[in-house]
Amino acid sequence: MGFSKEQLLARLKELQIDFSQYDHPVVLTAKYVGHLGGGISKNLFLKDKKSRFYIVSALAETKVDLKVLSVRLGLGKGGLRMAPEEALGEILQVPLGCVTPLSLVNESARNVSLLLDQRFKSQEFCFFHPLSNDMSISLNTNGLDKFLKSIERDPSYVDLEANPSVGKDQPPDLASLVPSNSLVLPDPPETPASSKGRTENKVSVGNKSTTSTAITSKPSINAQDRPANITDVGKMVDDLLDMTSSLLLKEITENFKEHGEELGEVLSKKIKSRLAAELHSTIMMFKNTAYTEGFHAGVNHHPKRTY
Amino acid sequence: METKENGEDEQQVVNPWKVDAKDGGKIDYDKLIDQFGCQRLDQSLVNRVHRLTSRPPHVFLRRGVFFAHRDFNEILDAYEKGEKFYLYTGRGPSSEALHLGHLIPFMFTKYLQDAFKVPLVIQLTDDEKCMWKNLAVEESQRLARENAKDIIACGFDITRTFIFSDFDYVGGAFYKNMVKVGKCVTYNKVVGIFGFTGEDHIGKVSFPPVQAVPSFPSSFPHLFSGQDNLRCLIPCAIDQDPYFRMTRDVAPRIGYHKPALIEASFFPALQGETGKMSASDPNSAIYVTDSAKDIGSKINKFAFSGGRDSIEKHRELGANLEVDIPIKYLRFFLEDDSELDYIEKEYGAGRMLTGEVKQRLIQVLTEIVERHCRARAAVTDEMVDAFMAVRPLPNMFN
Repeated sequence: MGFSKEQLLARLKELQIDFSQYDHPVVLTAKYVGHLGGGISKNLFLKDKKSRFYIVSALAETKVDLKVLSVRLGLGKGGLRMAPEEALGEILQVPLGCVTPLSLVNESARNVSLLLDQRFKSQEFCFFHPLSNDMSISLNTNGLDKFLKSIERDPSYVDLEANPSVGKDQPPDLASLVPSNSLVLPDPPETPASSKGRTENKVSVGNKSTTSTAITSKPSINAQDRPANITDVGKMVDDLLDMTSSLLLKEITENFKEHGEELGEVLSKKIKSRLAAELHSTIMMFKNTAYTEGFHAGVNHHPKRTY
Repeated sequence: METKENGEDEQQVVNPWKVDAKDGGKIDYDKLIDQFGCQRLDQSLVNRVHRLTSRPPHVFLRRGVFFAHRDFNEILDAYEKGEKFYLYTGRGPSSEALHLGHLIPFMFTKYLQDAFKVPLVIQLTDDEKCMWKNLAVEESQRLARENAKDIIACGFDITRTFIFSDFDYVGGAFYKNMVKVGKCVTYNKVVGIFGFTGEDHIGKVSFPPVQAVPSFPSSFPHLFSGQDNLRCLIPCAIDQDPYFRMTRDVAPRIGYHKPALIEASFFPALQGETGKMSASDPNSAIYVTDSAKDIGSKINKFAFSGGRDSIEKHRELGANLEVDIPIKYLRFFLEDDSELDYIEKEYGAGRMLTGEVKQRLIQVLTEIVERHCRARAAVTDEMVDAFMAVRPLPNMFN
């Protein structure tokens, strides 16, 4: 389960990171801490077309242009959207209105990329939610960096207002901040436009897109349960037999008149040549996936106890 | 014999960083073979491969895509005697977008791996691209991993394949060989081969040994320890020849076999032989990420046709097969020899129209790209880690 606010605060104390805490009623805006000096953070939880997630944490005054960021990350124009509400709970394990860099302490957020406003560094301290929005804590960037390093994250400070040109000779300057996670889902169907009002921590509501459209009529791999599918022997046999029989039927109808008695032999040759490449590719992937899973298990296995 | 080593001639220029035909014309491959001093891969060698592997030779061999070699016959001689060899190929990960031309050496290498049942090492020269294309180290490493996924999707067997990136792997036995090679090549020589100038930084000048030493089995102690005599065969595009000429020169001096080479001609751009395939012009090539629709529209709109201006003229004169891109692409990718012969005959005689040829090509390419896409979707980060792990490959010759 995700970290609780108490566990997080205890961890900060363990790491001897200075912070002050302020309890307040749950709100989606900064009205309770606005008077305390320091910088208020606005935190955006974003998603790209390949379902990779990003937290952009900035000073409230910093202008963040998603179109520019999208190009700088190498995602093309319009490649970044606000992440759907469900992702907040699933991935960051925080409630609505509570996006915070501190949520990266959760295992589920390990593939989320973090972009920090370099203007944080000029502030004495900044306010963030500690995994719940009935409290804010103030941290300076040293404290934040120390915390991030303790969870094996590299603090990446970025000039969020910069708009460098990106082209053939100037590669996207933030491309290294794109997570290289394992799951690459096919493009989801278009979500409705996210709400433009960007108050701190507000995450827009988008339609959850779970269906993956099959690319061809041939047995396609549903990316969501991809590894399981590939090593599912029964499914593979079914798919291969389907492929073979549909090809067979197609060829029979096409060639019947032409070949008469020799139909069988002609067909058999055709099927072998047409299917060979397909089968080879599928079965090689099967072998490689099985090996990879074994390898992974081997690398992570606990040696036998000898006591 | 004094050959112009860096591929410079008054006319065509071919080296790892520049490919320029004479006066915007076609590359003269016969001249290149002469210039470089390698051998033509003739039909008798292709037949020999057929015999030794008991399976039809790959379409690239049958059609002369892989058309030149150095010592390939020695590899086959040794193989016939029961001596094995290993394969070495690589990629410079300079962009995320891979097109069909990039896949060609990998498709052929996969065939060699399956046909001869031998292991393969694949080098990702992330350091080279970091230096030549001025990429950040992290970015070139990231591209290397992304490209590895497309390479794996070509269907390599994980039980006989080791993929490595220079930034990860250089060191240890590999580096010892790099120094041995470095000691055998003077500064003047490397300038002569690669055309370096006084303005080039020292990173570039000291890079050649990195691409040379995977040809030596002792660079991979976790794979080939105790097999210092193991031969190496390098499938590559012919512009890589200079690296390996240098390597072959050095090998006997440090006690290793010269690596053998099997070399491919260049894959033409959609706009024709004189056009350049470039990562910044998405319409100059078919990318592995192109949809069926993209492929259709690219071929129809941009593939340079050898057909005539009007149907009457076409029926009279037939198509000009010398410059027709769809025919050239079919030569690379249409497996069925008799179908290709038929199309060339009918199209050349003017009985078949450009549209039909393009239709068939679109079918063939779409099948290839879609298959690649499915395989690519199945490649996980864990799989890349496994391919790139420094681990023994106990069944690599089975």
